[in-house]
Amino acid sequence: MEGLYAITTGVLTACGLYLTLRGRTFPVVVGLTLLSYAVNLFLFSMGGLTTDGATIVDGPASYADPLPQALVLTAIVIGFAMTAFVVILAMRARSEAGNDHVDGREEERQ
Amino acid sequence: MIQHLIVLPVVLPLVAGILTLRSRQGGTRSKRLIGVGATALLVMIGIALLVQAAGGEVSYYALGGWQPPFGIVLVLDRLSALMVLVTAVLALGAVVFACGGDDEKGSNFHGLFQLQLMGINGAFLTGDLFNLFVFFEVLLLASYALLMHGGGKARIQAGVHYVVLNLAGSSLFLIAVGVLYGATGTLNMADMAVRISELPAERAGLVTAGALMLLVVFGLKAAILPLYFWLPRAYAAAPAPVAALFAIMTKVGIYAILRVYSLLFGEQAGPLAGLEQSWIWWLSLATLVAAAMGILAARDLRLMVAYLVLFSVGTLLAGIGIGSVEATSALLYYLIHTTLVTGGLFLLAELIGVQRGKAGTRLVKGRPLKQGGWLAGLFFLGAIAVAGMPPLSGAIGKAFLLIAAEGTQRLWLWPILLGGGLCMMIALSRAGSTLFWRSHGEAAGEVLPRRQWFGVVWLLGASPLLVVLAGPISDYTHATAVQLANPQSMIHALLDGESP
Repeated sequence: MEGLYAITTGVLTACGLYLTLRGRTFPVVVGLTLLSYAVNLFLFSMGGLTTDGATIVDGPASYADPLPQALVLTAIVIGFAMTAFVVILAMRARSEAGNDHVDGREEERQ
Repeated sequence: MIQHLIVLPVVLPLVAGILTLRSRQGGTRSKRLIGVGATALLVMIGIALLVQAAGGEVSYYALGGWQPPFGIVLVLDRLSALMVLVTAVLALGAVVFACGGDDEKGSNFHGLFQLQLMGINGAFLTGDLFNLFVFFEVLLLASYALLMHGGGKARIQAGVHYVVLNLAGSSLFLIAVGVLYGATGTLNMADMAVRISELPAERAGLVTAGALMLLVVFGLKAAILPLYFWLPRAYAAAPAPVAALFAIMTKVGIYAILRVYSLLFGEQAGPLAGLEQSWIWWLSLATLVAAAMGILAARDLRLMVAYLVLFSVGTLLAGIGIGSVEATSALLYYLIHTTLVTGGLFLLAELIGVQRGKAGTRLVKGRPLKQGGWLAGLFFLGAIAVAGMPPLSGAIGKAFLLIAAEGTQRLWLWPILLGGGLCMMIALSRAGSTLFWRSHGEAAGEVLPRRQWFGVVWLLGASPLLVVLAGPISDYTHATAVQLANPQSMIHALLDGESP
């Protein structure tokens, strides 16, 4: 399970980074979204991956660490708000500059 | 009341912000009253906190009554009290300036301003690593909106870069926090410091990776060399009162570096102690060089002030890079000076730009200023302070720092810092003579409102005051540096209620 989980997180991060480095705002927004998904998955696994664990501490039995779940919840909320904001911002930039390049002007072609 | 004092710098701006968000348009007078009133109250709270912390004891506020290390805590020591007070003083100047008309150029200025203050104060007071992330997000979200207050193409474009970079930075912050939590099993900074000092060797690599990722995040906020390219454009485009408040934003990054690395990776951390030092030292020198070139190359007064902010960041980081108690004390004195003076210069640049009409703050021949004498006088005062010339506070701060450097560090720091000072003098005198002397035509600008004058004088006037009070202030910063160098006092104060 750990291997699959790590590969998933890694692929998401790589795709997110690649898209964030693109020149147009739409791929950048999608890239940031993927990046935040990857981060949430990563945070989720930080207490260690357990299956069939109790959700609360109950003696010596195996349990799932509740703290990362609370952290992920916070991170999801913040990430969601930020994505909404950046979408609106990208649309404003598109209408102000007349194109969707992140620098506000097209690259000069030879 | 007195035991709730620590939480007030977070709660007061939150309540004031919500009150001003009641109506989107209109109600200017009541919004201004709430904004200025809350900020003035914040100054008083800051003074009360400083008095409480000056004795040297570390006190904490357990939110919801959950005791550390399990609950979230706000921690008050000398450093956080000082930062809260500096923020409040800066914010008061900026908000009074904004009441001169800038707040009506867009909606919800005062509400966003208060919420940003809440984020900044929270970041200074929190004792929990994840909570630091949350407060960073609060102050960033408010700053995104404030940066674009009033709209316009330049602001939106600078905003796109600023927002995207900071969102990527937030992701990295979360990864770093996750790594540190995975390796140590706690998020409370004092508890984490204990766990790191008892760290099994096989986890040292993980903690190092997490710590250096945190350094990248804080470096992005503080604008260290490879991560500063967003700063000049964003600061130059922001409305003047917002740019003035942003003068403290880079210092939030500096504060985070100081707090996290002195607490987690102090002497008790064993092999991991001081792992950030050499990185920060060399990058700070490179930042100083880049900033000096930017100051010389700037063709716009606001852009020049943005590079002056960058130069101050380099200076402060050099202090962290040296790492001794004297250097930390020097950088804290310099931090007070540079935050207030660069904030004042942003406000002053706006006034100059308004009176020059179409030429604005660009360094070209323009029409003469209507109140040129007063503005030139203030510019002269600000330029001397920021360039670090005697008799104003910049010189004292720089001298402290130069003395604190030892051995080969002197060989590097002295020429770069003093050469940078020369660059600043050349650039500022060239800018001043262009703005005030190379003019033609008739002066036509309007007389500036008194509130805007107050904002500028309040912030620039801090510089002579810092000289007059240099003795007590440097005593305080020295005590702060000693407290930072001994993280045990904070660990004891937070965790002693626990059975070991």
